[in-house]
Amino acid sequence: MTALAAKAINAFLEQIDAPTASFFTSCTHCGMCADACLFYTETQDPKYTPIHKLLPLRRIWQQEYTFWGWLMKTLGLSRKVSDEDLSQWEELVYDSCTLCGRCSLVCPMGNDITYMIRKMREGMVAAGHAPEGLKGAMVRAMETGSPMGVTLQTLKAQIVHAEQETGLKIPLDKSGAEFLMLLSSAEIAQFSEIIGAVARIFHQAGVSWTLSSKAFEATNTGIQIGAADLAAELVERIISAAESLQVKTVISPECGHAYVALRYEGPNLVGRPYPFKVMHIVEVLDQLRRENRLPIKDRETTRMTFHDPCQLVRRGGLEQPPRALLALVADNYVEMREHGIYNWCCGGGGGVSANERATPLRLKVFSRKKQQVDALGVTTIVTACSNCRNMLEDGLEHYHMDINVVGLTETLARHLDTTSTGA
Amino acid sequence: MTMSDLELLAWLRGPGLQWSLIIFIAGLIFRVAENLALGRTPDLATPRSPVFAAGLATVWRRSLFHPGMSYRGYFTLIAGYTFHLGLLITLFFLSQHIVMFRAILGFGWPALPPSIIDFCTLLSIAALITILIHRITDPVVRSISDYQDYLAWLLTLLPLATGFLAMHPLGMAYIQALTLHLMSVEVLLIAIPFTKLSHMASIFISRWYNGALAGVRGVKA
Repeated sequence: MTALAAKAINAFLEQIDAPTASFFTSCTHCGMCADACLFYTETQDPKYTPIHKLLPLRRIWQQEYTFWGWLMKTLGLSRKVSDEDLSQWEELVYDSCTLCGRCSLVCPMGNDITYMIRKMREGMVAAGHAPEGLKGAMVRAMETGSPMGVTLQTLKAQIVHAEQETGLKIPLDKSGAEFLMLLSSAEIAQFSEIIGAVARIFHQAGVSWTLSSKAFEATNTGIQIGAADLAAELVERIISAAESLQVKTVISPECGHAYVALRYEGPNLVGRPYPFKVMHIVEVLDQLRRENRLPIKDRETTRMTFHDPCQLVRRGGLEQPPRALLALVADNYVEMREHGIYNWCCGGGGGVSANERATPLRLKVFSRKKQQVDALGVTTIVTACSNCRNMLEDGLEHYHMDINVVGLTETLARHLDTTSTGA
Repeated sequence: MTMSDLELLAWLRGPGLQWSLIIFIAGLIFRVAENLALGRTPDLATPRSPVFAAGLATVWRRSLFHPGMSYRGYFTLIAGYTFHLGLLITLFFLSQHIVMFRAILGFGWPALPPSIIDFCTLLSIAALITILIHRITDPVVRSISDYQDYLAWLLTLLPLATGFLAMHPLGMAYIQALTLHLMSVEVLLIAIPFTKLSHMASIFISRWYNGALAGVRGVKA
């Protein structure tokens, strides 16, 4: 067993700030976080208890920052964190945590466990422990701009396709536009109908917008793997494009973590506030709704529900906008029993979907979502995150459930009244 | 009873109590200050809601039950509240304790009848015993427990048990029971800042941070 090198210990120590130290001081080992985590509830394996996933970080904190821990370490009565410990914890920190934030919501001590997992991943990367799948996505994101290797050429082809379908011009690199619309790789590669949907809605509402050939990718693998320097580099690319196009607002697409990365982590990663505003697409659409710029021609009669993307709602604060938008078009809308900030994760957030090794576990714990959906008897699940959408489709197929998954923006576009001259 | 017994009791009631109180208060302040001194980088993201107020709201909100709680959650909160309330009522409303507080603070308050205090003490002890059984038998709680959890449990139980003995001589002299009671109280006071029992102070800081971090994002955590 090799003790962790001083460099690795330091990488963890650098992550320990006042909130982290306070959280560790407060933990009474009550275990309530276990029941908030779908990796525990669906496996009943105590190793998936959220606070347990932080044990190496906690031990380093205890030995280096508390009197008792220091004394025990000095007397040789407590074991130092070893490299083998970290290898073992890699699965707990990456494969079985989607950074969904549910544990942080229920801890009676108020510990933000997700905040600490995010920090622990920074230490894991510095100590050389991260899943191959995420490392690969990180390399592709740095080299091609997209974690899935989607190129500008692919985007241009999808733009042409959307222009033919809608008969509208899709603006690319239009300087002085009000909004810069970003996309996620999953949208460009699999759900490209989003481009036409946005074009139709923005055209109808008279919104001045553009895509950028320099920064079309909104996702940020650096945040998921825990590499703040690389995450900052990805944010800088967006800032640079937004500045050169002189847009007022950058729109995060239907992707949960991309929104959090850009809206809340971004300014801190680059160390300065943005000269523009960041809005999620559902915020923009909700604003158009409030301004009566979103005319609707007909309504959905199928029974539908909304899957709250964790990063959008529990970690993003956008619980109401998707519901207000769905109320425009949904006649037969039902909520899952635990929804809004208490919703259960799709199982593939926080980099889990890019980590192929984690797929069997992810599909197993999807049983939580299955139970939620089974109880409703819906035919359609609407969501506002292309990663959730992918994960839902994958999980539903795995459990042989015949349910349609759609994006919120395209659902609205489908019911858009393009003949309206209002507003 | 020998003279040294009385001397020991006098020491425990005087300098012993004084020193352990000083270590308890200074230690807790140091513990919180030490954590806060680590600081955090200022948040540059435009907040969605007033951050300070969001933190305070979470300090309150985490005292409540939340939707969709499990059996473990209900047990933890109900047993936890029972233990803490029983302990605090005994500590602050037993007439003998109020005499001591008056001597230290210069003022006192009305006491509760001994029968109610007895009930609270026994309820608190019963809750502690249930919590220990839960800690040992629940696979999740057992797996995340370390020796400190059991040590803290014992250190918390002893003042309650010895205090009850002092009030109800069950084959033990009052002076001896009181001596044990004071000793266990002082050991507990000294241990609090060095163990997980310091959550009695840090809980407010943790909840505030949680609420403030969520408040930036407009989430009522």
